[in-house]
Amino acid sequence: MTLAFAPAAALVSPDARQRPTRRSPKRVLPGFKLTLGYTVLYLSLIVLIPLSALFFKTFTLSFEQFWAAVSSPRVLASYRLTFGASFLAALVNVVAGLLVAWVLVRYSFPGKKIVDALVDLPFALPTAVAGISLTALLAGNGWVGQYLEPHGIQLAFKPAGVVIALIFIGLPFVVRTVQPVLEDAEKELEEAATCLGATRWQTFTRVIFPSIAPALLTGFAMAFARAIGEYGSVIFIAGNMPMVSEITPLIIIGKLEQYDYAGATAVALVMLVFSFVLLLLINALQAWQRKRSGAPA
Amino acid sequence: MKFKQITTLSLAAVALTASNFAASQTLLNASYDVAREFYKDYNTAFTAHYKKTSGKDVKVDQAHGGSSAQARAVADGLDADVVTMNTTTDIEFLASKGLVVADWAKRFPNNASPTTSTMLFLVRQGNPKAIRDWDDLVKPGVQVIVVNPKTGGNGRMAYLAAWGSVRKKGGTDAQAAEFVGKLFKNVPVLAKGGRDATTIFLQRNIGDVLITFESEVVSVDREFSAGKVDAIHPSSSLVTENPVAVVERTVAKKGTAALAKAYLDYLYSDEAQEIAARHALRPRNPAILKKYAGTFKPIQFFTVQDYFGSLGDAQKVHFNDGGQFDKLYTVK
Repeated sequence: MTLAFAPAAALVSPDARQRPTRRSPKRVLPGFKLTLGYTVLYLSLIVLIPLSALFFKTFTLSFEQFWAAVSSPRVLASYRLTFGASFLAALVNVVAGLLVAWVLVRYSFPGKKIVDALVDLPFALPTAVAGISLTALLAGNGWVGQYLEPHGIQLAFKPAGVVIALIFIGLPFVVRTVQPVLEDAEKELEEAATCLGATRWQTFTRVIFPSIAPALLTGFAMAFARAIGEYGSVIFIAGNMPMVSEITPLIIIGKLEQYDYAGATAVALVMLVFSFVLLLLINALQAWQRKRSGAPA
Repeated sequence: MKFKQITTLSLAAVALTASNFAASQTLLNASYDVAREFYKDYNTAFTAHYKKTSGKDVKVDQAHGGSSAQARAVADGLDADVVTMNTTTDIEFLASKGLVVADWAKRFPNNASPTTSTMLFLVRQGNPKAIRDWDDLVKPGVQVIVVNPKTGGNGRMAYLAAWGSVRKKGGTDAQAAEFVGKLFKNVPVLAKGGRDATTIFLQRNIGDVLITFESEVVSVDREFSAGKVDAIHPSSSLVTENPVAVVERTVAKKGTAALAKAYLDYLYSDEAQEIAARHALRPRNPAILKKYAGTFKPIQFFTVQDYFGSLGDAQKVHFNDGGQFDKLYTVK
C-alpha cells in the first residue's frame, strides 16, 4: 500500500507546488478556453451587439438633448411608476411565492401536480392576454370590479392595476427559484434544531430562512427585472394617463410614434443602466448573504 | 453528398420562385390596422380589373399594423411596394428618408388621398348625457374616451378636431387651448389605439362618449352592438385624409413601378370608391358620396391646413415632447 502510494505522491506534489506561480493555472475540467470563447461570442451576438446599437443611437444626441429626453416631467413620473410598481410587485411575489413554494415542497395533496403546473402559466401566456383578462376582471363592470367599485376601490386603469399585472407575470420567477432550494434543504437540520429546543419560529428564522434567502433574492431580482421591462400586460390595465399611470416602456413607444428614435433609445438606455445597477446590487447582496450564512458560494 | 443535395435543392427553390415571379407579379401593400377589411375587398376587385385590362395575373399581399409602426417597418427594410396610411405624417416620414418621392401628395389626385374620414362621437343608447356637440364634452360629469395622441393617430385627429371646432366658430387659439384642456380633464383613460378605445368604451363600459373615426363608429354601430350605442355627428369636424404612395426603393428593386401606380390609380375608380363607401370610408367621388348619404351625414368640415398649417406642423407644436399636449398634464 505505502509503496503504491509513494510514487503517485512524488509525481503529483512537485506539480502542485508549481501551480500557484504559473500564469495560466491548469484546470481540473478541460475545455475552459473553448467554452469561454463560445460564451463570450454567444452573449455578444445575442445581448451585447443589440445593446451596443442602443448606445450608438443615443450618441447621435448632444448631451443637452439626451438630458431633455430622459428628464422631462412625464418621463420622470414614468420612472417612478415603473420602478415603484415593479419593486412592490416583486416584494409581494417574494412573500406569496415563498408560500406557494413551501406548500408545493413540504406537503402532498391531491391535485398538487396541477397546482405546480399552474404556477408556470404566467410564463407561457401571451402578456397581452393576461393584461386584457385582468382588465376585464377588475374593470367596474368585471367579475371582481363590480364588487369593489361600490366601496370606492378602483384597480383597473389606475397605478394599482399596474402592480397587479406585474404581480401576475412575476410570480413564477420566485416560486421556481425557491422551490429547488427548499427541496434540497436538509430536513435533519430542522429536526436537530427542534431537538435542541428551538421553537418553530426560531427554526424558520435561524435554520430555514438563511438557506433559502439567496434563492429568494434571486427570485426577487428576476421578478423585478422582468416587471421593469413589461409592456404587453400593463398597457391594457394602466389607463396610460400622463404623470399618473404611464409606464416607461409606453414613453418609449410614444417617442417612436413621433419617429424620435434617438429619444426613445435614450430613455431605454436610462432604464437599462438603472436595471443593470439594481441587478448588480442584488447580486452583491446575495454574495454577502451567502458569505455570512457560511453557505458555499 | 449532403451539401450537394442542399445546394441542388436550394437552386431548385430559387428557380421555382424565379419562374413564379415571371408568371405573376406580387405586390405588397403596407397599411394601417383597421383598413384590413377594406383592402381585402379592394384587392379582389383590383386583381380582376388588372387581369381584364392587361391580361396579367397579380397577387396582392397585405401587411397591417399601427400606421406609424408600418412606416417604421418600411423605413427599416420591409419591402412594401405601396403604403396606404391614415395620417400624412407617416408618409412624410418615408419621404424624409428618401423612400417616397418628396412631392408624393401631387402624384395622385386629391392630395394622394383617395378616401377621407372624420371624427365623430359614439354615445350610450338614448344619449343619457345629451351630448350633441363639442361643447357638451367639457361639461362636468361627462367622461370622454379618447386615444392617447402620443401613441395613436386616432387620438391626434380627435385632439385636432376638438381644437379646430373652436376655431371654426371663430374662437382664438387661446380659447381652443382652454377648451382642449377642459376636454382632457374629462378623460379618465387614454387608450393605446383605436380598437383599444372601442374596447374600453363598449366592453369595459367606461365613459359617456367615445371620439373616434367615422369608419370605426359605423362598423361598431353595425357589427359590435347595434342598439347599444348611438352615433352623434357634431356640428363641425376635421377631414382626415388616408394618403397613399409608391415606395420607390422597392419598385426600383422589383421592377413593379407601373403595377404599383396602377394599383393606387384604381383606388379612384368608381368600383373602388363604392367599396370604400361600403366600409364607411368617405369616397372622393361626389356622386358616390351622395349615393351613401345615409351613412355619411353632412357635417361642416375643416381641414388640418385651415388651422394648423400641415400635420407635420401640428405634430411639432402639439404632440412632440414638451408640446401643447404635454402641457395639459405637466403645467398646473
